[in-house]
Amino acid sequence: MSMPADGRKGNLPIAGDASADASRRAFLRTVAVLVPAVGVLGGCRTYNPSAHAAAPVYFSQAEKNFIDAATQRLIPADALGAGANEAGITQFIDLQLAGAYGRAERWYMQGPWPAGTDQQGFQLKYTPAQIYREAIGGIEAHCSQQYGKPFAQLTAAQQDEVLHALEDGKVELANVPAKTFFALLWQNTQEGYLADPAYGGNRDFAGWKLIGFPGPRYNYIEEIDKFGQPYTQPFVSLVGRHPGARGMGEP
Amino acid sequence: MATRLPPVDVVLVGFGWTAAIVAQELTDAGAQVLALERGEFRDTVPDFATNIIQDELRYAVRKQIFESPERETLTFRDSADQTALPMRHLGSFLPAAGVGGAGVHWNGQCWRFLPSDFEIRSQVEQRYGKGFIPAGMNLQDWGVTYDELEPHYDRFEYLCGVSGKAGNLGGAKQAGGNPFEGARRREYPLPPLKRSASTVLFDKAARAAGFDPFPCPAANASQPYRNPLGVQMGQCTYCGYCEWFGCGNYSKASPQTTILPVLLKKDNFRFRPRSNVIRVNTDGRGKLATGVTYVDVDGNEFEQPAGLVVLCAFAQHNVHLLLLSKIGTPYDPRTGVGVVGRNYAYQITSSVDIFQKEILNPFMGAGALGQAVDNFNGENFDHGPLGFIGGGYIALWNTGGRPILQHYLPEDAPKWGAGWKKAMHENYLTSASIATHGSVMSYRNNYLDLDPTWRDDYGSPLLRLTFDYQPNEHAMSDYLTDQAAKIAQAIPAATHHVKKREGRYSIVPYQTTHNTGGAVMGNDPATSVVNRYLQSWDVPNLFVMGSSVFPQNPGYNPTGTIGALTFWAADAMKRYLKNPGPLVTT
Repeated sequence: MSMPADGRKGNLPIAGDASADASRRAFLRTVAVLVPAVGVLGGCRTYNPSAHAAAPVYFSQAEKNFIDAATQRLIPADALGAGANEAGITQFIDLQLAGAYGRAERWYMQGPWPAGTDQQGFQLKYTPAQIYREAIGGIEAHCSQQYGKPFAQLTAAQQDEVLHALEDGKVELANVPAKTFFALLWQNTQEGYLADPAYGGNRDFAGWKLIGFPGPRYNYIEEIDKFGQPYTQPFVSLVGRHPGARGMGEP
Repeated sequence: MATRLPPVDVVLVGFGWTAAIVAQELTDAGAQVLALERGEFRDTVPDFATNIIQDELRYAVRKQIFESPERETLTFRDSADQTALPMRHLGSFLPAAGVGGAGVHWNGQCWRFLPSDFEIRSQVEQRYGKGFIPAGMNLQDWGVTYDELEPHYDRFEYLCGVSGKAGNLGGAKQAGGNPFEGARRREYPLPPLKRSASTVLFDKAARAAGFDPFPCPAANASQPYRNPLGVQMGQCTYCGYCEWFGCGNYSKASPQTTILPVLLKKDNFRFRPRSNVIRVNTDGRGKLATGVTYVDVDGNEFEQPAGLVVLCAFAQHNVHLLLLSKIGTPYDPRTGVGVVGRNYAYQITSSVDIFQKEILNPFMGAGALGQAVDNFNGENFDHGPLGFIGGGYIALWNTGGRPILQHYLPEDAPKWGAGWKKAMHENYLTSASIATHGSVMSYRNNYLDLDPTWRDDYGSPLLRLTFDYQPNEHAMSDYLTDQAAKIAQAIPAATHHVKKREGRYSIVPYQTTHNTGGAVMGNDPATSVVNRYLQSWDVPNLFVMGSSVFPQNPGYNPTGTIGALTFWAADAMKRYLKNPGPLVTT
């Protein structure tokens, strides 16, 4: 067996170094690596609206229909701006579930799996992707029984009724608690609205426009002590600036 | 079968803040030093470049800058009558993996503890009487005093380029600084950071409430700075991606921005990333460490002999290694006998959210940009009529305005739907939050041991955490929160939402990464794992760094004191290398 290589100046191991390939699989399981978790960031440095038309990677069409409808109730389109569908939240969640997060790659997932207290936190043997699949199946069964229609075809009031019932844990789903799923869906929906547009959501900076966050800018030395003044520079993303993007203070 | 490697003088377990300091000091003294780091090498460029690191989803929400619990985690329960269950993903605290450790993702809130913090048992007994200490509270003096540590605080602050304003220079009170702090020999290396709109709001309100606000000490450089090692740091740009991120601008002190450019050039220093230490090896009698055993990412096992072993991993990991290596007597909560795992403590926090009309632009911030009051910390106030021990600071930190995790909504705002959207629109730019940051004492019932059921990827038992807030901590935190509410009430035209810390401790919501104890320092081997020089009582060529040596947790962020204690202990290690043996005789 060869001796381990020491890290020194000029001899520093770099993520992605060809010499590291042999151990890369194990290494990926081991540590946070600074490479994109999904393909969205890779090589893409200009904003590309056509990317949003992509077919779902993880969701089935029926699951996509549910997510489209449910997230649009959680964040509806109105006079204040775009809703979930316009902001691309379904695509965001789909890509998240298709990746490392959906597979719970960084979570400790060894059994046994006894139930715990609220203070002990998550104790389900399902990954986020599995939780969505289990829950959506159960919710559609509930909607079929209760209303005779899939969730996406219910009225807005009926959809809200179902979402409130999930939030309050009043719907029995087979394998995952309704409350757990609702909390996950709402968390991921907010992420899709407020995360960098690089991840497929927050399309056209919809979420950041709503609240007035300019994006990952670098330098506020001149502005930080100009108290009470709005910041008016254009929105930016990790993958660049939207062509034609205007300043936050402009109409 | 482990491959036996050539011996080194000193092996360091982990390569974060404490390892970087020990390595710099001991290599200067001529020793051959090797650091073993379980995570990856990372540096400002390319890993923290601003077009990569300013990504809230990846680093703060998906937690990719922190340790992954996947291979090894701990189990948790509030009390011994429950079954501890694995922490499946991170929540309440966020330890690091990778070179630089938590020194990469900390905020830079760089405090000194109060002189009274180090002698708390003596002070409480003298001021209020022995009967003031509740049954089951293991209140202990540290075995080291503030005056002994002062030169080492100074070294750490000048290493980091801390921005701040002295409140006490050699015993003379200084206007504009913290009037309660211990005497310091000289000013901070850099003046305070610029103030943001929300910290000005806090400052005015705290004065109106009758308190003494001051700029928080920040290891975020307010100006360009060259430290005593000759390493250059850049001026902070208030980009708002500091807390929970690496700094792309060489402005936040970390091992990478203060020590590594010098250390990594030395011929007598080596480090190995992706090398997970699973055991400290001892001689047949368990009286001397012979080195460590570690596993690389391919599962190959190596034995690394060393003359001196220094545990520089995160607090719980140091304790876990001691237990797995059978060094020191494990703590038994039934009898109260034993020391390894004893006196685990944490921090108790609460907040008061503020909603007003002025635009605050919360996204312009820095990890340690804050204004604080210390009127209710440590022994700065009379506990006699209040009946509890401890305290904390109250501060408004303007760390950034990351949209997913750093927005505040009024209590009555709808949780989702059009009402949520309206509340987000109306409040993001004009809200802020006052934080309280309280001490947690150590108790007989709060401890660390080995779990009987769950194991890590190496087949070793997981560490088991048994911890809950005790009545003393709730009483203290409620009192502190009431004082914070007085500040909020003094803000004109504002409404606020008081969020006290209620109920049992939960491992789910993030609180702080200020986990302490389990391998505490002291002057009595019956109640401490290491002596006042952080040297093991049982194995004199083993030293333990970091907050696992805190006998209980004062009301401040720990890193300033961890840095000071590391310089203090490194001086002791130099004496040990010249003349091996126990530095304190019993």
